Amino acid sequence: MFWQILIDGFAISSLYALGATGFALIFGVSGVLNLSHGALMVAAVVAAWAAGNDLHAGPYTGALLGVGVGLAASLLTYFVVVQPLQRTRKIREEEKEIFILTATLLWGIMIQQLIAYLYTDNAKTVAPIVEGVVSIAGVRTPANEIFTAIVCWLVIALLWLLVNRTRAGKAVLAASMNPRGVTLLGIELSQIYIAVWAIYGLLVGIAGVLLGMFLGVSSYSVGPLTASAFSIVVLGGLGSVSGALIAAYVVGYLETITAYLISPAYRTIPALLLLVAVMYVRPRGLLGRR
Amino acid sequence: MNKSQRRVLAPIALAASVSLSALALATPGHAEDTIKIGVIAEAQAVAGSSIPQAAQLAADEINAAGGVNGKKVEIISYDDHSTAPEAVRAFQRAVNEDHVNAVIASYISEVVLALEPWTGRLKTVMVTPGAASDVITQNIAKDYDNLKYTFHGYLTSTSLADEVCAAAKDLLVDNLHMKSAVVMSEDAAWTTPLDAEYLNCLPKIGLNVVDHVRFSPDTTDFTPIFNKIEGEKPDVMITGISHVGVQPTVQWKQQEVPIPMFGVSSQATNSSFWNDTNGAVEGVLYQGVSGPGVAVTPKTLPFVAAFKAKYGNNPSYCGYTAYDEVYYLVDAMKRAGSTDSDKLVDALEKTDYVGTIGRVQFKGKDSPNPHALKVGSDTITGLMLQWQDGKQVNLWPAKVANGKLKFPPFIKLGSAD
Repeated sequence: MFWQILIDGFAISSLYALGATGFALIFGVSGVLNLSHGALMVAAVVAAWAAGNDLHAGPYTGALLGVGVGLAASLLTYFVVVQPLQRTRKIREEEKEIFILTATLLWGIMIQQLIAYLYTDNAKTVAPIVEGVVSIAGVRTPANEIFTAIVCWLVIALLWLLVNRTRAGKAVLAASMNPRGVTLLGIELSQIYIAVWAIYGLLVGIAGVLLGMFLGVSSYSVGPLTASAFSIVVLGGLGSVSGALIAAYVVGYLETITAYLISPAYRTIPALLLLVAVMYVRPRGLLGRR
Repeated sequence: MNKSQRRVLAPIALAASVSLSALALATPGHAEDTIKIGVIAEAQAVAGSSIPQAAQLAADEINAAGGVNGKKVEIISYDDHSTAPEAVRAFQRAVNEDHVNAVIASYISEVVLALEPWTGRLKTVMVTPGAASDVITQNIAKDYDNLKYTFHGYLTSTSLADEVCAAAKDLLVDNLHMKSAVVMSEDAAWTTPLDAEYLNCLPKIGLNVVDHVRFSPDTTDFTPIFNKIEGEKPDVMITGISHVGVQPTVQWKQQEVPIPMFGVSSQATNSSFWNDTNGAVEGVLYQGVSGPGVAVTPKTLPFVAAFKAKYGNNPSYCGYTAYDEVYYLVDAMKRAGSTDSDKLVDALEKTDYVGTIGRVQFKGKDSPNPHALKVGSDTITGLMLQWQDGKQVNLWPAKVANGKLKFPPFIKLGSAD
């Protein structure tokens, strides 16, 4: 049982971590709480599924197409929903955050309904790239679960290298610390926003496709996926990517332990209680800066 | 989040459908010379989308053959998103504004149970093509005068469980010498009577029930559930799933859970289920009322061919029943010589109609389940099918079987070895 929880919890937590990282990044850099997060993930899954089904693409092509759709949907969200609201003079600056919040929520519902309309609300799964099972410490583990964890960590490591070791990445990091300072250094903030939304799109696409291979999603998953990313990010501290990573593991393991030791029906409850407790004791989250 | 989203969308959908139905009313020639049947179902679900389509197909065929006593049959459909409040609003609109003569509604027991009192209040006949809960007909027994307008056009959960047991006796106990089972069902209105009957009938056929697992329909990760069941070493998992389907099936395959799944798995009846699960459904056994190429009655295969020609896909299980329902509603109206609801109820109670899933007869007023379908070898027996290499193969009953039991390599048949 111990090994079972350790292995299953690791895979699901890694997936949470990847999904929440992008969500935290967007908030850190541009102050946008993107409530269409779940819808973008589901769009990537359905695209990867449809590629296999309607276009008879192989698992690799399907996965790539899914990630591509995640990227495209993310950029579309930025250009159609977020950027016009950020630039408009009709809304007072201090009200813009709530306008963007509402707009992304509505945008998410639109995507959800479109997916349900075109592909029904029955669950979809992406054809796994690796099949079969391997035995780890006596636990029969799907190879796909290990693959999921490895890919998540590779992507997170790449992101870390990008942010800390490249010039463009440092500009992004700087923008998250002090947007005005970055513009004073002669860096276009709008370029950084586009870069961040592109990175976010890739992360959402990859996380979505992996989730589609691992557990499967339906258009009903849109709300819960947004909610889980949101609570992980709030728990970790809004805007803190490393906080989100830690929180993802706390939530992932808490859910897995609950599912195994108490009942799968109560899976999400302890994590939500923890969130409430953290809100009382430490409102800025585990590693929050604001 | 989902429910609140629906709440936001509902007024928009309502406004759109009101304006659409206003258009329909404005069209000339719809007054007294048509028979109107309202169809309430969720168009965005695989199971639900077949209901209005199959009803329309039946109406088109009836109209092409000259209609009913010179009247055309018109289908008016409403999308309820499988929620009770939207279904009730649709029912009220269908009766009060669109003046339908009867309603075919939903495959979700919770929704049908919410509509049931409205059939009495608005004195309008309703037939459900897919809900299963026994409570629907038990309610009629308790308050016949009010609720006699409700007819259960699909098998009750208890009948479903009995059919699963009958098939399990032949296929699993007699054939594979299985001895133990775990009942695994989603927590929903329709599975309460299903599970009760499973627990009653499985021991009678020789399958000892070692555990009874009910899980939330919101479950996304089934690993802990399969894990627990595997630890109990049953020979088979007897399923009761409908709201979920893809996820447990895919995870069963991915984790290579070595125990066969056998029972009710509504989504597996859809021909698209192989693609939805990327083939993970291989080896899953499920109860059905129809299957590709299985001529349950002479009407089955022509219906499937016509449906496929018109819509490009196979009908879901509620497609078969919805198609039959239009026919026997119209037949009852003919026999009653009227569309008056009380006369229609009397005529429907005398229904004896061979449809696509068998011979349709309703249980009488004195039964504990009035207006439930009669089941048995001379009416409806149902089938037990298995997904094999992308195809739905029928294994039971033997006289309409078109294949043999076959499991994927990861299944370890316990006591059979």
